[in-house]
Amino acid sequence: MKKWNLVFDVALCTGCRNCEMAVKDEYVGNSFPGYSAQMPLHGHRWVQIRQRERGRFPAVDVAYLFQSCQHCDDPACLRAATNGAVTKRSDGIVQIHPERARGQKAIVDACPFGAVYWNEELALPQHWNFDAHLLDAGWAEPRPVQACPTGALRALKVEDDEMKGIVRKEKLERFGPGAKVGTRVHYRNLALYTHAFVAGTLLTLRGGLEECVAGACVKLLRGNEALGQAASDAFGDFRFDGLPPNERDLRIEVTAAGYRQQRLEVEPGESRWLGEIRLEPS
Amino acid sequence: MTAIFSAMLTGLYAFMRYTAWRHPAYRKQLAERDFVAQVRTLDADVGRWYEIRGGRVRSRAGLHPKPDVTLSYETAAIAVRLLTPPVDWQAQVEAAKSFQMRVEGADELVYRFTQAMMATRSAGWRSGTDMGDGVRRFTNMTNSGPCFVYVKDGKILRITPIDFDASDARPWTIEARGRRFTPPRKTTLAVHGLASKSTVYSKDRLLYPMRRVDFDPHGERRTENRGKSGYVRISWDEALDLIAAEIRRVKVEHGPGAVVFNHPSHHTWGNVGYWTSTLFRFFNAVGCTRLNHNPDSWEGWYWGAMHHWGNSMRLGTAEPYGTVEDLLKEAQLVVFWSSDPESTSGIYAGYEGSLRRTWLKDLGIPTVHIEPYLNASAVFMRGKWIAPRPGTDAALALAIAQVWIAEGLYDKPFVEKRTVGFDAWKRYLMGEEDGVPKTPEWQQAETGVPAREARALARQWGTRRTYLAAGGLGNGWGGACRGPTGHQWSRAMVCLAAMQGLGRPGVNFGNLQWGTPIDTSFYFPGYGEGGMSGDLNNTASSISLYQRMPHFPSLNTHLQAIPRMRLPEAVLEGHAEGYPRDSRSIEGQFFKMRYPSPAHSPVRLFYKYGGSNFGTMPDSQRYMKMYQSPNLELVVNQSIWFEGEAKFADIILPACTNFERWDVSEWSNVSGFMYHAQVQLNHRVVTLQHKCIEPLGESKSDFTIFRELAHRLGLGAYFSEGMTELDWVQRMFEASDLARHMSWRKFLRKGYYVVPAPPERLRAPVAYRWFYEGRKKDLPEPHPLPSEYKEQYLEGMQTPSGKFEFECETLKRFAPDDQERPPVLKYVRSSESVQTERAGKFPLQMLTPHPRYSFHTQGDAKDSFLNDIEDHRVLVGGYYYWVFRLNPADAEARGIRDNMLVRVFNEQGSVICVAQLTNRARPGVVHGYESSALYEPLGEPGGSPDRGGALNLLTPKRLQFSRGDAMGNSNCLVEVEPWTGALPLAMETASAESALAASK
Repeated sequence: MKKWNLVFDVALCTGCRNCEMAVKDEYVGNSFPGYSAQMPLHGHRWVQIRQRERGRFPAVDVAYLFQSCQHCDDPACLRAATNGAVTKRSDGIVQIHPERARGQKAIVDACPFGAVYWNEELALPQHWNFDAHLLDAGWAEPRPVQACPTGALRALKVEDDEMKGIVRKEKLERFGPGAKVGTRVHYRNLALYTHAFVAGTLLTLRGGLEECVAGACVKLLRGNEALGQAASDAFGDFRFDGLPPNERDLRIEVTAAGYRQQRLEVEPGESRWLGEIRLEPS
Repeated sequence: MTAIFSAMLTGLYAFMRYTAWRHPAYRKQLAERDFVAQVRTLDADVGRWYEIRGGRVRSRAGLHPKPDVTLSYETAAIAVRLLTPPVDWQAQVEAAKSFQMRVEGADELVYRFTQAMMATRSAGWRSGTDMGDGVRRFTNMTNSGPCFVYVKDGKILRITPIDFDASDARPWTIEARGRRFTPPRKTTLAVHGLASKSTVYSKDRLLYPMRRVDFDPHGERRTENRGKSGYVRISWDEALDLIAAEIRRVKVEHGPGAVVFNHPSHHTWGNVGYWTSTLFRFFNAVGCTRLNHNPDSWEGWYWGAMHHWGNSMRLGTAEPYGTVEDLLKEAQLVVFWSSDPESTSGIYAGYEGSLRRTWLKDLGIPTVHIEPYLNASAVFMRGKWIAPRPGTDAALALAIAQVWIAEGLYDKPFVEKRTVGFDAWKRYLMGEEDGVPKTPEWQQAETGVPAREARALARQWGTRRTYLAAGGLGNGWGGACRGPTGHQWSRAMVCLAAMQGLGRPGVNFGNLQWGTPIDTSFYFPGYGEGGMSGDLNNTASSISLYQRMPHFPSLNTHLQAIPRMRLPEAVLEGHAEGYPRDSRSIEGQFFKMRYPSPAHSPVRLFYKYGGSNFGTMPDSQRYMKMYQSPNLELVVNQSIWFEGEAKFADIILPACTNFERWDVSEWSNVSGFMYHAQVQLNHRVVTLQHKCIEPLGESKSDFTIFRELAHRLGLGAYFSEGMTELDWVQRMFEASDLARHMSWRKFLRKGYYVVPAPPERLRAPVAYRWFYEGRKKDLPEPHPLPSEYKEQYLEGMQTPSGKFEFECETLKRFAPDDQERPPVLKYVRSSESVQTERAGKFPLQMLTPHPRYSFHTQGDAKDSFLNDIEDHRVLVGGYYYWVFRLNPADAEARGIRDNMLVRVFNEQGSVICVAQLTNRARPGVVHGYESSALYEPLGEPGGSPDRGGALNLLTPKRLQFSRGDAMGNSNCLVEVEPWTGALPLAMETASAESALAASK
């Protein structure tokens, strides 16, 4: 049985928010009996882009993360629901039935991703159901995917085994407790959002003028264990990315021909720019 | 002939009766008004009359004793020729011009009769696609891209991008470095377009004509209460009768030029409905003072760069052709300099460029991003960020050029053969003139960019084939060119490009936003061609559209003009001066304008489209004083939403959106404004803009409003030529190349057409390659105009020397002594620099670029979906505040935390925003977009803090330099503090409804 999956590539998201707006356009003012009730004009974010800024001036970056109902294979909301208010469809989609879910706030509270919203006016838990009403009517893909300009968001309807292959090949990950509950939203380059970087800038004095030091060999170490190696670029900048935040006992070692070797301790924390590191001629 | 004429008139009767029997809508149309019309010849008493009464038609041969409407032809032969289908528009227009065909009767009835005839053709037309379940799918075009519009029960259900079907044309492919790149077969729609449904059904829609409650045209006008008083609902008849009477009155009492109109830079999309079309046609017919619109997003290019290389018809920006392919194949580095295409979508281009920039990532081509704020494109590309202080860019550029000269890193043969004035440029750079070499160390004091980084960048750039992306489009437009030193930046950009051998493979302007290999020969008009305006002076109509779609020309006979930015001064002080936008030549900008003109009246009646100027024009506090002046005897605002300046009008006319009227257009096609702007798209797409839903409330299209006003001035037949909007749409369709590829009836149903990509050998050549190689110009653009070539047509640049001029001859001839804009670019410190005295009081430099999530003022506020984007507005205490970004260090020094309300201020005023702390702003730099749709003063308009977010209240009206008209308001000095004042208890934005309620 082929089932729906979403793949989101952090590196391809421009942060344009089309996915958010497509879902608002689809559900605000519209109800689809058997599928969904109207979304409030403001406040609900059934689909949303979260952003995370890392580092400090001048080494700063921003990553965007697509968030929505994860259509878990083991949905906590389904277990919390009564009266058959939540079902798991054979195509993998988790469906909150507006006709049966009235008053069941427990469905909101059960979601480990905060992806179910409470509609005060209708006393209804609401989520993004993968645009099931459109897929059932023959649409090739849900609206957030259609509206995505770069292919950062893809919808795949494949056998679970095939999806496992894609996960391996593209090095996809799940977000938060995703592995435990079998989420159907997969992430590529997730570390840009969840992990930290350590960066720095190498310079030296040459003929009385400051110059960037390019091509230096920079090693990232924990104790004596080498975690990575990078070369500084034309601007003297180097960067190690994908580090778990708050890692302890990190240090870097800078080696460049003609310069004295430099060693620096890295304070534990979030993403860090180590500042300007001056190399002395040897 | 007489017999044939009589037979045709009998045939018309039969057609009318048949159509009335067959089509209820036609019956309804006939039932709206009873009248008698007749058609006759003038050389003999031959004719037939038609009586329309109670929705039925009765007709008899012969002449009626008292017809309401008479349509007469000089002879039966002429009548037969003009009445024989298909309609020959050229013949119709000529017959009317030579009075071989005349109409008599009240304009409104004449229109009803021509429509009773025309509609026998159109009554059976069907539009849109049946999607089942009572849903019909229409098409439309927006500033954000083309879209499908699904409608059920007369209401918009959803708005989506267009996925192409199997019959649509295939796209192009570019092969580069062993990879093949092809765009997908669909269109993109930018976020402001996807939010359209919420602005169509916004609670801020104007649904009825309104009169300011204390405005009495026959008594006290109380002009000082504009912006303060509420409104009463009035009928369309009352509103239009009043406006028509006032137009007549001011023309008689005051003389020519007493009427002035203004429009925003952008409008809802369309060819028939754009301001270049109906608005121009109407006001040309009335006679009016024109506002000369400064090239507001091109300033530095038009007033600065143009003198180095011409390109006046592109307002001084670069040729755009072929650069996507050249960049992907050849470039080794792309330098984005004040270039943020991810925020501005190029312009009008959906998100077409975003995908192409992922190809840059695929190929591993490195990027550098120069901007005081880490903009959306820099975030996406993850390249090197260099952050000069606002307004200092030229200093960094000079240092780069200095390194190139010092280290021999420039294209010497090119400089030798294709440029002049290099020695003077070199002397200045090397300090031979002023003793100050423009070294990386020198620039560091101005820009704050480490000298070593400037040097490293110069070396990277000077040793690699580099594309320079300047401004949002990559070839100019937006960004730093709008700042107080914008002309210095734009001039620096072109001088750098010239030093690297502009046009060499891999060396050009671009960021993959412009220059796709699409077809450029297929003709479809763009809004710059003036739609139905017939305005040959102020639109590009004369280039193609006027010949292809014969229609009445229009000409404003009142010769008075005002520089757009000086309108408040013109009204308040009675005089204003400035320099024009006149792009036909480089020298066009030197002709000084003076207001008032001899024997013309000061402006007395102001007719404004929409409400954007508070959010978009520099020092916009000036406009409130203008509105409250008794010198303006009547202010009319024709607007879709109750916002901004609409709240300062005496009479408000509710206009409808593009989803509520007929139109036809091509995506991104603005024709003369930016020729071939479609080269930023992956596919050229023409859409029928279906009238998807009926106009909301009593709102009407601009066409209808002006037609009904024209009826009251006896200009009705001249204005509409007896046609409806849809008739004009069909005429425009027939005038285009599309009519050769798709039938009208199919176009009506399907709603769009994809122009096929050309075969590879017919793709446009790469920009400036002809110049680099010393050949004749071979690009598909019809400019410079022939007389602008100096020696031989198509040879050389538009400059006096025909070469790239480091020392500008046009500036030498005009004002060789000008220290602000000297013939050789020199760095002059910004009037909004942190090194000025004012910075002691206002130490932060505020950037106000084009907005990211809204478009101009469209999509913002209005209870739009976009309000929920926390990078756009943030809800605090029940109100959506404009976002203002500052560095955490600057915030901490002022006790400002995330999501706190802050007062942004300088000596001009205060704006309350919501703070967002971000390292994307370099310390000392704060950032908030311009173009808030709202102006919501907490007290007296013009004298109290605004919480709408109109940051242009704080920007300077000071020009970039005195002998030009370049606004320089994209950065300025401010201070910020936590907002501790009281906020009004009523947290809701004043809506049109509440304005009415307040007056009761």
